[in-house]
Amino acid sequence: MTPATLTAQPVASPHAHGGNSVSRTMLRVQVALVPATLYGFWLFGWPSFFLWLLTILSCLAFEALSLKMMGVTQIKRTLFDGSALLTGWLLAMTLPPWAPWWVAILGGFIAIVIGKQVFGGVGQNVFNPAMVARVALLVSFPLPLTQWVYPLPLTSLAAPDFIDGLRIFLTSLPQPDAMASASILGYTKTELSRGIDLLHSLAGDQAPVLSWIGARSGSFGESASLLILGGGIYLLATGVITWHTPFAVLAGIALPAAIGHAVDPGHYLSASAHLLSGAAMLGAFFIATDYVTSPNTGSGQIIFGLGIGFLTWVIRTYGGYPEGMAFAVLLMNALTPVIDRFVKPRVLGRDRKGKALDVPEGNA
Amino acid sequence: MSENYGSIMKDGLWENNVVFSQMLALCPAMAVTTSGTNGLGMGLASTAVLVVSNVLVSMIRHTVSSQVRIPVFVVLIATLVTIVDMAMNAWLHEMYKVLGLFIALIVVNCAILGRAEAFAVKNGVVASAVDGLAMGLGFTGALTLIGLIREFLGSGTLFAQASNLLGPSFAFLEMKLPGYGGALLMILPPGGFAILGFLLAGKRVMEKRISERATLPAEAKTA
Repeated sequence: MTPATLTAQPVASPHAHGGNSVSRTMLRVQVALVPATLYGFWLFGWPSFFLWLLTILSCLAFEALSLKMMGVTQIKRTLFDGSALLTGWLLAMTLPPWAPWWVAILGGFIAIVIGKQVFGGVGQNVFNPAMVARVALLVSFPLPLTQWVYPLPLTSLAAPDFIDGLRIFLTSLPQPDAMASASILGYTKTELSRGIDLLHSLAGDQAPVLSWIGARSGSFGESASLLILGGGIYLLATGVITWHTPFAVLAGIALPAAIGHAVDPGHYLSASAHLLSGAAMLGAFFIATDYVTSPNTGSGQIIFGLGIGFLTWVIRTYGGYPEGMAFAVLLMNALTPVIDRFVKPRVLGRDRKGKALDVPEGNA
Repeated sequence: MSENYGSIMKDGLWENNVVFSQMLALCPAMAVTTSGTNGLGMGLASTAVLVVSNVLVSMIRHTVSSQVRIPVFVVLIATLVTIVDMAMNAWLHEMYKVLGLFIALIVVNCAILGRAEAFAVKNGVVASAVDGLAMGLGFTGALTLIGLIREFLGSGTLFAQASNLLGPSFAFLEMKLPGYGGALLMILPPGGFAILGFLLAGKRVMEKRISERATLPAEAKTA
C-alpha cells in the first residue's frame, strides 16, 4: 500500500472544535458555585456579601493592573475570561465570612499578582492562586483568619442589617463573644489539647450532624457540604471535571480517617465528620481539579488526589492548624510536574513502556 | 592598566550588585534580612571582610601559584571572618546574638571568594580595595533595603534595635507604625523571596528605562 495517495481533498486541518473555551469552563464552574454562595449569603448575612464582592473586584483590579504593566494589548478580553473572577470567588469562599475589607484586597493582590501573573498569567501558574492567597493570609494574619461567627440567617432578628454589615466589614470591630464560635475541626483540636476526648467534646450540640445542611460556623462558602457536592456533580455531568481527582481526594481523607476512627474513636474524628468539615468538599471538587495545577492524566490525578486527601488528614490530625486542605493542595501542586513526568499517557501504537506494539499479521 | 575607580564603584553599587545582579550570597540575603538593622549589620561585617580579603589577595597574587590559590584564599578569608566574628562578639554582643551563625558563615559567602577570583587576582591593591568596598557597600545596601521592606511589612517597624548596632545615639532611627500587627509571612522565608523577586523585577525595569533613554537621543542624532 502506498501511503501517499489521498482520496479526499483536505479542506482544513483535521481538528474538530468542541466549542469549548476558557470562558465557558470558568462560567460553568461559577454556575456550580452559585447555590453554595447564595446559601452562604443567607447564613452569614451582609458582611459575607461585601467580602465576596470586594474579593472578586480586587482580583479583577489586580489582574487588569498586571496585564497593563505587562503590555498586553487586549486587556478586556483576558480580564473577562472569567479566570480572575473565579479565583476571587474561590478565595472568598474559603475566607471567614466576617473577615475585614483589607483581607479581601490583600488576598486579591496575593492571589493574582504573586500567585498567578508573576508566573506568566492564566495557564502558567505553578500553584493554585486562591490557595496561595489563603495560605499567605492565614500565616500572616492568624487572628482575623480564624475568627468564625455562628451563622445568623438573614431572616433572624439578630442578623446585622445592611448598614451594620457594612460597619462590620469596614471597621473590623472585634466580634461579640456570643457570635464567635469555633469550627468543628478547630473545636475538637482545642478540646483534645485540653485532654477532653472526642466522645465527650462532641456529645452536645457540637455533633457533626448539622454539617449536612451547613448551619454551622466555618468559612463563608464551604459550610454547606451538600450544596458544594451538588455543584461538583453538575461539573462532573457537564464534563468540566473528571471523577478522578475529587474521588481520590475524598478517598484520601476518608480511608485514614475511617481506620483511625475504628481504632480509637476518642482520638480520631470519623470519616463523615472529616468529609463534611472544612474545605474537604470545596477542595475536592473545585480547588484540586484546577486544570493548570493538577496532573494531565487520569492515573496522575488519582495519585495527586490521594496525596491531597492524605496530607489534609495528616495536617488536620497531627498538625498545628485545624484545617490542612490549602497546605495539602499547595504541596501536591509542587509535585504535579514530577507526577506528570512519571505518569504519562500511552503513546498511540506503543505500550506503556514505549515499545512499539506488534502489528497483527494480516494488516502488515 | 588604567584604573577607573568611578566605574569600579558604579559596578559594585549598581551594575554588578552582588545580590541584585550577580545573584550571589542569597543565603545570608534571605536568612538575616528580617529587619533593616540585621541586614545593615550583616552587610557591614561582610564589607569589612571583603575589603581586607581583596587587598590581601591582591598583594599575594604574584607569589601564590594558580594551582594552590583557592586553599590559600580560603585560609585568608577564614582568618578574617574569625577576626570579625570575635570582634563583633566582643563589642557588638547584642547584634552578634541576633546574627550569630551567619557571621561565621561569611567564610562560605560566594561573593567574597568570587571577588578574590574575579577581581583581586588580576588587579592592583588600590583597585582591589575600591572594588571590595564598592561590592561590599552594594551588598550592604541590598541587604538593608530587603531588610527594611520585610521589617516594615512584617512587623511595622523600621530599624528596630538600631542602637544595638550603631550605638545609642542612633536610636532616633527606630520607628514603629502604631496599630499595625504585621504580616508574619514577610518575616518568614517566602516573604524574603517574594520581596527579592519584586526588587529584581524593579531593577530590571529601571535598567530598561535607563538604556532606552540613553539610546533614543543617540538614534535621533544619527537619523
